[in-house]
Amino acid sequence: MALLGGLALAGALLWRNTRQNLAARQIRSGFGFLGQTAGFDIGEGLVPYAPTDTYLLAFAAGVANTLRVAVVGIVLATVLGTLVGLGRLSRNALVRWLCTGYVEVLRNVPLIIQLFAWYLVATEILPEAASPIELAPHVYLSKGGLQFPHPVWARGWAWALAAVPPGLAAAWALVRWARARRGRTGHGPRLGWAAVLLAFAFPLAGWLAGGAPRAFELPEVTRFNVSGGVSLTPEFLALLVGLVTFTAAFIAEIVRSGVLAVPHGQAEAAAALGLAPRQAMRLVILPQALRVIVPPLTSQFLNLTKNSSLAVAIGYPDVVSIANTAINQNGQALECIVVIMSVYLTINLVTALGMGWYNRRVALVEG
Amino acid sequence: MELSRRTAVSLALALAAIALPATALAGKTLDAVKQRGEVVCGVNTSAPGFSATDSQGRWKGLDVDVCRAVAAAVLGSAEKVKFVPLNSQQRFAALQAGEIDILSRNTTWTLTRDASLGIVFTGIDYFDGQGFMVPKKLKVESAKKLGGATVCVQAGTTSEKNVADYFLANGIKYKSVVFDTAEAIQSAFFSGRCQAYTTDMSDLAGARTKTAKPQDYVILPEVISKEPLGPSVRRGDDEWFAIVKWALYAMIEAEEDGITQANADQLKAESKDPGVQRMLGAGDDTGKLLGLDKDWSYRIAKQVGNYGESFEANLGPKTPLGLPRGANKLWSKGGLLYAPPVR
Amino acid sequence: MDPKASLPEPGAAREPPPAPAGPLSWIRRSLFSSVPSALATLLLAAALFRALPAAVGWLFTGAVWAPDYEACRRLEYRAACWGFVAEKHRLVLFGRYPWAEQWRPLVATLLVVAALAASAHPRCWRRWLLPAWAGVLAAFFLLVRGGALGLSYVEPGLWGGLPLTVLLTLVGVSASIPLGVVLALGRRSRLPVARGAAALYIEMARGVPLITVLFVASFLFPLLLPQGLRLDVLARVAIGITLFQAAYMAEVVRGGLQGLPKGQTEAAASLGLGWWQTQRRVVLPQALVLVIPSFVNSLLSTFMDTSLVTVVSMYDLTGALRLALGDPQWRNFFIEGYLFVGAVYFVCCLAMSRYSHWLERRLGRWARRPEASAA
Repeated sequence: MALLGGLALAGALLWRNTRQNLAARQIRSGFGFLGQTAGFDIGEGLVPYAPTDTYLLAFAAGVANTLRVAVVGIVLATVLGTLVGLGRLSRNALVRWLCTGYVEVLRNVPLIIQLFAWYLVATEILPEAASPIELAPHVYLSKGGLQFPHPVWARGWAWALAAVPPGLAAAWALVRWARARRGRTGHGPRLGWAAVLLAFAFPLAGWLAGGAPRAFELPEVTRFNVSGGVSLTPEFLALLVGLVTFTAAFIAEIVRSGVLAVPHGQAEAAAALGLAPRQAMRLVILPQALRVIVPPLTSQFLNLTKNSSLAVAIGYPDVVSIANTAINQNGQALECIVVIMSVYLTINLVTALGMGWYNRRVALVEG
Repeated sequence: MELSRRTAVSLALALAAIALPATALAGKTLDAVKQRGEVVCGVNTSAPGFSATDSQGRWKGLDVDVCRAVAAAVLGSAEKVKFVPLNSQQRFAALQAGEIDILSRNTTWTLTRDASLGIVFTGIDYFDGQGFMVPKKLKVESAKKLGGATVCVQAGTTSEKNVADYFLANGIKYKSVVFDTAEAIQSAFFSGRCQAYTTDMSDLAGARTKTAKPQDYVILPEVISKEPLGPSVRRGDDEWFAIVKWALYAMIEAEEDGITQANADQLKAESKDPGVQRMLGAGDDTGKLLGLDKDWSYRIAKQVGNYGESFEANLGPKTPLGLPRGANKLWSKGGLLYAPPVR
Repeated sequence: MDPKASLPEPGAAREPPPAPAGPLSWIRRSLFSSVPSALATLLLAAALFRALPAAVGWLFTGAVWAPDYEACRRLEYRAACWGFVAEKHRLVLFGRYPWAEQWRPLVATLLVVAALAASAHPRCWRRWLLPAWAGVLAAFFLLVRGGALGLSYVEPGLWGGLPLTVLLTLVGVSASIPLGVVLALGRRSRLPVARGAAALYIEMARGVPLITVLFVASFLFPLLLPQGLRLDVLARVAIGITLFQAAYMAEVVRGGLQGLPKGQTEAAASLGLGWWQTQRRVVLPQALVLVIPSFVNSLLSTFMDTSLVTVVSMYDLTGALRLALGDPQWRNFFIEGYLFVGAVYFVCCLAMSRYSHWLERRLGRWARRPEASAA
């Protein structure tokens, strides 16, 4: 109780000091600045933003950039991490050593050094933006980033996009029907490929119905740069590659310990039943390993999101970078930092809730 | 194992040891400076011509000389200055927090900064403008031809806002790459990440001296904004504000009166001009009104030199920056430097 | 038909098949056990044969080892220019510390390393260990700061490089332990206010990135302190790192507290010990020893996290490297620079993680012994 009282007193003192200092230095306070014109530019992003827009939109653009790198990063890191983790358990000694080397090296060098190194590779070693490498027709890689074509938005694409959820639902229904039928009667067609085709058929139909638009916006090499098409800047690429390779090393360890946590008897029983090693892994071991994998995997996802804040060091305009600029422009450090913290805490909460739901699904249901 | 008490001891030791180096009282600034015995001056980490260390570790530059002038006026010696290098994120926070007494860090005087950051500018020591630097091999002669280019600019500076306004006004599309430190920006520009670098012209000249091949880069002629650079102090301390303001004006007035480091003593003994006599402490006592002694402006002229000497030594044609005086000439010679009478 | 005719004769006992032995059979088993495996081996071996000699060649043969800029320039990137490391290694390792006094942080760092090595073995965990560590920390400060015993004063703004990393790590971890213990006890307390406050702090500190905490330290702390009190930026960053790590430490300690059998607290209660006495004499000693491997992991992660202070312009090992690369002559040799600093971090972190594994196995054996002796 005494401790709590002391803490409350300290808190009150700090608050009083803050108010006194703010008043003495005549710094504005309050969140009113969010409605003012920001006046600075943001180099890239999904949110259409111009320097004449408000601070609020600037922060929104920053959040969009953070989510952009976090979501893509999580997906890629999980894929890479699972592959490397399973590679560490491989029978092939060469694969095992290489994967072990990867994990040990990348886990023991700080992330910020890896990011700086990737960024310097991207900006020093790649060619100038005016004379890029052409990886494929109209796909360019240079100091200015990676550019590739994207379709011009038209009605056909909108309908195709709208048809994706019904397509997925139809494929899901087909698979469930086939599985139920096999469960009832013991035999029935394997409809995996048919389901995949069905999932693609719906959007295809939507695209055709919308007039089959074929116009693409192609990147062109102009005087200074490559312009047009989807542009991924070297900042985004360096941040993404750095985060993915770093987090994949940790996910590999988690996957490996998850698979090792499944009792060896399970693998032996699966072999005794005549399952091939790949089938045994898919049907017997991985589902049980998921129970052990999911909680630490959640914290790795959250770590990736938090580590994306290192973008401020290499010039990628995520929300921390934009808050930094805002603090320098208007001096309201307290409000901007509160904004960043709430953004991260919200992302944290949402991810934790989502993964908690998934965890309960794969949790051990004791009989 | 009695963990808590012993770790508490370690903790107390550690925290005490950290806290010791730096606690100090910041009351009225003039009293604090006199008590401390030195002026704490916030400068740039490395801005050639304005505030940079030479190979012996001595600070040199125009902003450095302004601080030395204040020290000479207040404490009697231009050497009684401690320089604190700050990057553009820390500069205002350091001044607001009382870690430094003067911010002399080639900072642009704007309304927002004057009115809302808790600081106030004391004068202009360099009239600058914002420009662009491009590699010569791009063969760009004018900023208006930069359509489609990638431009490197530093976060949170007036340059960021100005370049956005300029390109908007001229209908030019561009991409911007924004970094938080000058070192990161210059590294990106010189590695070819962006085609143009925009900041104050004096900064461009200084950055160019830091490459292995300065002749490969050209500064475009367009000046797209006004950038009056000057020192600033905390709001609310009028006495200190007046001292810093008049220290700069004394340097300018010294050049107007023809007083140099070399001839200060001679003029003090021989000159019949009352204005010169006042400046050199041989006439009316202007220092008393500022809270200083009689020889305050004499010491500035003798130990630091007049504005022209400082400019020639740090930014002039004989230095690697090679900047012309341009708008920074005296008003009588067609420039903008005008000191109110020191009387 | 004779029913016995179809049964086989019990034959003589057969030898088990020979166990695979020898390098040839190992290669066949592990590298070529199946078609995909064989393909993978061939592809990887081909890639390695092309890449490895080239990499080793670039790193060592024809490399320039002397700090000779002209020789490095003439190489034109065909081989590594270790001359950069030879020229700048003192700047990278010690930051802007005055040149002539750099022996002081060197001795201080070696002292810390020696103390770490000495306290590595569980046999050394005695009552005098903590005061010894306090002494080592005090000696570190004295050496690096100076101002006494004839050593000249070096202001904290000039401290940098590896000693700064070591300092921030040590202060961060040692100061966050007591705070973490308080938070963990608070989170398990019966009082809802204490539990709520501790849980709130822990979740908030674990939910935000370290960079925001560093921003808070550099921008907000000056506002929180009373007018006229100033804290050096090094102190502010150290406090920020401590507050951040305390939340993670609290979770580690909480794991230890949960791992302790309930019988311990019940036995202590039956002996008449009060709550604080129970915690101090029975619970904490056992719980903290249980989670020492996790402490080492916290030490490792704090060590890696200190590299972030370069964002608030402090010149730790990473920041000092960027300072060294600012030199226009040498900035093209950034690969060698990053390899050097990466290698330093790698060696330190690998050592710490291997130690943590060894310790875990060692303590696992210890933990089982009390049950065996009680049985």
